[in-house]
Amino acid sequence: MTILHSAPKIASNEGVLDALTKALGGHVIASEEKHGEIILTVKREAIVDVLKTLRDDHEYQQMMEIAGVDYPERAERFEVVYMLLSLTKNHRIMVKCSTDEATPVPSITDLWPNAGWLEREVFDLYGVKFAGNPDLRRILTDYGFEGHPFRKDFPMTGYTELRYSEDEKRVVYEPVKLAQDMRTFDFLSPWEGSDYVLPGDEKADEEGGDK
Amino acid sequence: MSMQIEESPTTEGDVITNYTINFGPQHPAAHGVLRMIMELDGEVIERVDPHVGLLHRGTEKLIEQKTYLQALPYFDRLDYCSPLCQEHSYVLAIEKLLNLEVPERAQYLRVLFAELTRICNHMLNIGAHVMDVGAMTPNLWVFEIREDCLNFFERASGARMHSAWYRPGGVHQDVPEKLLVDIGNWIDNRLPQLFGDAMSLVMDNRIFKQRNVDIAVVSRDDAVAWGFSGPMIRAAGIPWDLRKSQPYDVYDRMEFDIPVGTNSDCYDRFMVRVKEVYESAKIIKQCLAEMPEGPIASTDGKVSPPSRGEMKQSMESLIHHFKLYTEGFHVPEGEVYVATESPKGEFGVYLVSDGSNKPYRCKIRPTAFSHLQAMDMMSKGHMLPDATAILGAIDVVFGECDR
Repeated sequence: MTILHSAPKIASNEGVLDALTKALGGHVIASEEKHGEIILTVKREAIVDVLKTLRDDHEYQQMMEIAGVDYPERAERFEVVYMLLSLTKNHRIMVKCSTDEATPVPSITDLWPNAGWLEREVFDLYGVKFAGNPDLRRILTDYGFEGHPFRKDFPMTGYTELRYSEDEKRVVYEPVKLAQDMRTFDFLSPWEGSDYVLPGDEKADEEGGDK
Repeated sequence: MSMQIEESPTTEGDVITNYTINFGPQHPAAHGVLRMIMELDGEVIERVDPHVGLLHRGTEKLIEQKTYLQALPYFDRLDYCSPLCQEHSYVLAIEKLLNLEVPERAQYLRVLFAELTRICNHMLNIGAHVMDVGAMTPNLWVFEIREDCLNFFERASGARMHSAWYRPGGVHQDVPEKLLVDIGNWIDNRLPQLFGDAMSLVMDNRIFKQRNVDIAVVSRDDAVAWGFSGPMIRAAGIPWDLRKSQPYDVYDRMEFDIPVGTNSDCYDRFMVRVKEVYESAKIIKQCLAEMPEGPIASTDGKVSPPSRGEMKQSMESLIHHFKLYTEGFHVPEGEVYVATESPKGEFGVYLVSDGSNKPYRCKIRPTAFSHLQAMDMMSKGHMLPDATAILGAIDVVFGECDR
C-alpha cells in the first residue's frame, strides 16, 4: 500500500516486527503491523520482562503513554496499551496486554517512574488494578467518586450530579435528573448492515409474527 | 536536614516539625486548577503531591459518542493556549487510518498556523513565567503579540481561540491573500521588535536569573526516564524535536534549528522557548514563500465536504454533503498512535476505530501529565517560592492535563 497521508514519518518498520517477536520468544501472543503501527500483544504476567527487554536491549528508552481500552464482549475485557518511543532509533511501537476486572497487571513503575500516574489513570477510569504500584489512588475523577467512568457500560450522563445548595450553604451531590433524554442519534445507514431494531419492531415477534 | 524550632513563642513550647500547606486549587501561580499538597520544613519543600483532575470533563468519553468530525472541536478545548496544534494530531491520526492524501497548500497552511500557534502559546507561557517570578511589564508586552496572533486566527477561521479549522483532509477554508501578506509583514517587523524589546528586559535581568538559574535541574537520564518531551527534554540538552525527527505535513521541507539547553534548569527551559519563537518565525516565512496555489482540502467527496457552489449544481455533491453532516465518514478498522510536537511537547492521539462513523476509543496523551508528575522530584529541596518558577517552566495547562 502506498502511503498517501502526511502523518509523522518514523524510521522504517522493515524487519522490526520479526526481530522483536524473535527476541521476546514465548511471551508474545500476537504481533501485527497495520496502518504503519507495530503492535505486540504479550502475556500479562510477562509485561515487565518484555518492557525491560525492549528498554534495555532494543533502545526503546521512553514510555510515553499507557492507554486503557474496554471491549466488554471479550472474556478479558480490558486492554492496557503501552506506547514506547526510541529516541536513538527514532521508532515507535505499541505493546499491549489484556486483563479483566479482578486480575491485576504487574506495575512497571520500577522501569519508568512516569508510569505511576499513567497507571493511576487507567485504574481510575477503567478499574484495572496494577500490582506493585505504590500509590494507586484515583487521579482524574472527583474525591469520593464511585465507579469507573470510561467503561463502555458506564452511562454517558453518570449517576450523580452536584450543585450549590443555598439552604445548606455547601455543594450537595444528588442522583442525576435529566429534563430530557440524552440525545443519541443514530445516523448509520440502514442499508449498510446496521442491525438495530426500530422502536415498535419488537412487537412483531411478540405477537407471533402477525402484522 | 530537619530544622526544629526549640522554643516556639506561639505554641507554648510545643515543637514544630514539618507542616503541610495547600497550594491552590485557586492560586494565580498554579496556572489553572492545580492543588498541590506541600510538605514543608520551614521554607524548604520536602514533598509535593499534585492533585490533578479538578478540570476533568471526560473529553475522551464524549468523543466516543460523536462522529469523527463532531469530535474535532473538543481538541481546541484541551490545551486552550495552543488549540490548532492539538487538532493537528487528531486530524493526522484520522488521515493515517484513512490513508488520505492532503493537498500541498493545505499542508503548508497547517504548518503555518501550527507555528503561529506555537508563538501564541509561548507568549502566554513566557509572560506568565516572568510574572510568576515577579516581573510585570514583559507580560503586558508579549500579550500584545498574542493578541496579534489571535486576530490572525480570527481572520482565518472566524474564531479567536477555538478555531476548529483543521479538518481531516485539509483545512476548513482558504485564507484571504491579504492575511498572508499581513502575517509576512508582522513576522518581519512587529514580532522581532516587540518580542526583542520584551525579552531584553528579562533575559539578563539579575532578579530573573536568581529566581531561575539552577532551579530544578533534571539530568538527561531523568528527563528520558520521566517521559519528558518538548522544551523540557530539549533544555536537558537532548535535541529531540518531532518536527525534525518524525516530520509530518511539510515540516521535512522546512529549515530550522532546534535550540537546546545546557544546564537543564528553569532558565534553560525559558530560553529554549524564547529561541523557538525565532525558529517558528523562520518556518512561517518559508511557508509564506513556498506556499503553492491549489485546493485546501482533500478532493475525496467521501471525506471532505463539497463547496457551496458545487452543491447548488450537482446532485452528487448535495448527497455527499448530507451524508457527511449526518452520518459522517467511516474510518477503517485499526488503531494508530500519532504524536506531534505541540508547543508544550509530545501531544499524542491513540485512536481505535471499529470501522464505524465514531471513534471506538480516543486516548489523548497530554504533555503536562508526565511533566507535572516529576514535580515532586524537581522541587524536592528547593524553597517554597521556587515552586512557582518550576511550575511556570513546565508550561502546564489544565484543560489538557485533566482532559
